[in-house]
Amino acid sequence: MIKVDNVSKHFGGVKAVDGVSFDVADQENLILLGTSGCGKTTTLKMINRLIEPTSGAIYIDGKNIMEQPPEALRRGIGYVLQNNGLFPHHTVAQNIAVVPNLLKWDKQKTEKRTAELMEKLHLDASYLDVYPNELSGGQQQRIGLARALVSDPPVLLMDEPFGALDNVTRSKIHAEFKALDELKRKTIIMVTHDVQEAFELGDRICLMDKGKIIQSGTPAQLLFNPVNDFVKDFLKHQRLQLEFKAIKLTDLWELLPELNKEAKASSFNAGSNLWETLESFKFNNGETVNISKDQNESKTVSFEQLMSAFYHYKNHQAHE
Amino acid sequence: MNEQQQTLWQFMQQQSGKLQEQTLQHIGLTFISLCIAVLVGLPLGIFIVRKKQLSGLVLGIAGVLQTIPSIALLGFMIPLLGIGPKPAIVALLLYALLPIIRNTYTGILGVDTAVKEAAVAMGMSKWQILFKVELPLAMPVIFAGIRTATVINVGVATLASLIAAGGLGEFIFGGISLNNTNMILAGAIPSALLAIIFDLLLSMVQKISFKKLKRVVYVFPVLLILLCLFYIVPAKSEGKLTAGFTPEFMGRQDGDLGLRSKYGLKIHTIVISDAVMYKAAFEKHLDVISGYSTDGRLKAYDLVVLDDDKHIFPPYYAAPIVRDDILKKFPDLEPTLNLLAGKINDSVMTVLNYRTDYLHQSPERVAKDFLVANKLWRAERGGSDGVVRIGSKIFGEQYILANIYSMLIKGYTDHDVSTKTGLGGTKICFDALTNNQIDFYPEYTGTGLLAILQASPKTVNEVTVNRDSTYNYVQRQFESKYQIKWLKPIGFNNAYALMMRQQQAKQLGIKTISNLKQFLDKK
Repeated sequence: MIKVDNVSKHFGGVKAVDGVSFDVADQENLILLGTSGCGKTTTLKMINRLIEPTSGAIYIDGKNIMEQPPEALRRGIGYVLQNNGLFPHHTVAQNIAVVPNLLKWDKQKTEKRTAELMEKLHLDASYLDVYPNELSGGQQQRIGLARALVSDPPVLLMDEPFGALDNVTRSKIHAEFKALDELKRKTIIMVTHDVQEAFELGDRICLMDKGKIIQSGTPAQLLFNPVNDFVKDFLKHQRLQLEFKAIKLTDLWELLPELNKEAKASSFNAGSNLWETLESFKFNNGETVNISKDQNESKTVSFEQLMSAFYHYKNHQAHE
Repeated sequence: MNEQQQTLWQFMQQQSGKLQEQTLQHIGLTFISLCIAVLVGLPLGIFIVRKKQLSGLVLGIAGVLQTIPSIALLGFMIPLLGIGPKPAIVALLLYALLPIIRNTYTGILGVDTAVKEAAVAMGMSKWQILFKVELPLAMPVIFAGIRTATVINVGVATLASLIAAGGLGEFIFGGISLNNTNMILAGAIPSALLAIIFDLLLSMVQKISFKKLKRVVYVFPVLLILLCLFYIVPAKSEGKLTAGFTPEFMGRQDGDLGLRSKYGLKIHTIVISDAVMYKAAFEKHLDVISGYSTDGRLKAYDLVVLDDDKHIFPPYYAAPIVRDDILKKFPDLEPTLNLLAGKINDSVMTVLNYRTDYLHQSPERVAKDFLVANKLWRAERGGSDGVVRIGSKIFGEQYILANIYSMLIKGYTDHDVSTKTGLGGTKICFDALTNNQIDFYPEYTGTGLLAILQASPKTVNEVTVNRDSTYNYVQRQFESKYQIKWLKPIGFNNAYALMMRQQQAKQLGIKTISNLKQFLDKK
């Protein structure tokens, strides 16, 4: 879907981005992870030509982005900023309608789509006529997301979208983010410096440093097969939590005992990660959860069984 | 002071027609220039946001323009644009530019970068970003600039009257010259009120929320243009000749009023400062002007004085006037000042004035040359027995006299001298004298009679029959009213006079004011 091919950006003598290449598959969620100044935001902004690359090429759907008028290119790419960048002089409705107006949608279509998004993002319709500064940070960020999604662009670029939010609001939005069907259909590139966020939301992660990609791969690959000490050190903090997030129930499937399904327990898709599943336990005696795979297989496991499967998995990884 | 004294309110009622006209002119001048300044400044501000390397240059030039004293800027305009509304509007426009350009520039730059980035990222074009994002968000700052410019313009527009563009300055400067407090206030209070009202209104616009902003953006230009229409550009003269009179001359019995009542002279008149009047006559913007008979520019610009055949201009013999307490404090002052008595006649004074006003020699040099030639010069004694403070009005002749007196006091007595030259008009000078800011200054008998004593027309008729009766009258009155003494007259008579270009006067056969009237009445 998106192909970044040996792209560099120099500001004067500084190589902000130095020969970066990666591919993003259709509907994949790629995270550009790194510390401040590593070039991740510059890389992101080159994709919608907010910044022009010094060398290299970027293709979206096989088309070189440099061969399209920048305005037309950008109208087809959703963009979410850290500080939301909402227009303070526009109401919420007007803010969401910016791109539809640029695309010359008729009023009814815009209104219908706006109402749909407001509902999906759990925003009350009464907010439509208020100004952004009357909303909370979390609400503003949701409006920013609605604005980026309104024209249903296939590609979404997000620059530290949740960076300005407090922890409680952030984890709430993370949950919504993962549940939102609109986003599942999109190819997303997201920039963040927050490792936990990257592991929680990313299908794949590109870890960057000093303008270069150090390693790219799934969270589990980065965690269990780091290419060097930099990657290892980067993922050192709260490692257990990262491991829980990196490991999906499918990874543990073979290690879980076959047990009959219990009707009362809450159920999880095998695609969920271990962290979500463990979080759901209330630690009552003998409590179990149901895990279903491919709609026909299912297992019922207890907390202890999950943990023991996890240790087996880890030992296995370490010996590989 | 006398029976003619009226309250400010009475004066304003009596002059309500003129007051209204001047106020409308004032508003019109302010807003025409503001309108053009917005039309020029706003795009320029936007331009330097786009081309930042030019911002220093543009803001620098606008800043320099701002620092030029307003009266000097008006002076620069005359050779380029003549007199009247055109140069006044251009000058006001130049003053209004800086706040508008600067606030447009900083306003746009101050728009949140995240908002601008979002606008770009959503695929807005450069112009869409400008009109839909940058300008609306910069609007409060831009309005603040327009507000500053408006207040500056209301103030500077008072000076427009000096170059015949009308406005409330006519009352203010007329009042200062005529020592008429009511007249000053009738101009000053409305112009101050205008400044306050416009400031208040614009501050309300500035604080308006985004919700109402859109409406304001449409209403504001319409309002601006409506206000501009207030300036009814003075109808061009249908008559053959145009006269330019100073604000002072316009309000005096021995000026325009006398010309109308005694000669029945009707001429298209504009009000103008005497600083530019002679030049304007020379450059044929004006045909008849009200000047002073000893003015050096008379000679410089080849003008001729029309004979006052009905004697409406009273004698204006110059003499130093001194507070009595100073004469007691410095007993040798009176004989020293009287050394000059009778030494300078009309033609000598005209030449001295010509040397300063036209040849641009310094008043010190002219003063010294005169004293040396008349064998009155003595080297400074360098005394320190008290300081005598000399005042002078703001024109060349008074500067020369102040310098001559200074040299005489330093040469003949042991007192030191400090000079306060360039005191605006009669009122300022005389107030400085009575309030013990200066000790003496040269005054003219006619001014003392009409501007300071404000004698009734009857008294004026009685005492202006000859120079001595005028002198004696003012001497007596000043002594009893103010304890101020008129010393012996210096000799010359710097009376008011109507003057024309020599060539035109000859061509039209006009020698006297009566000739002028006949010529004007002839259809």
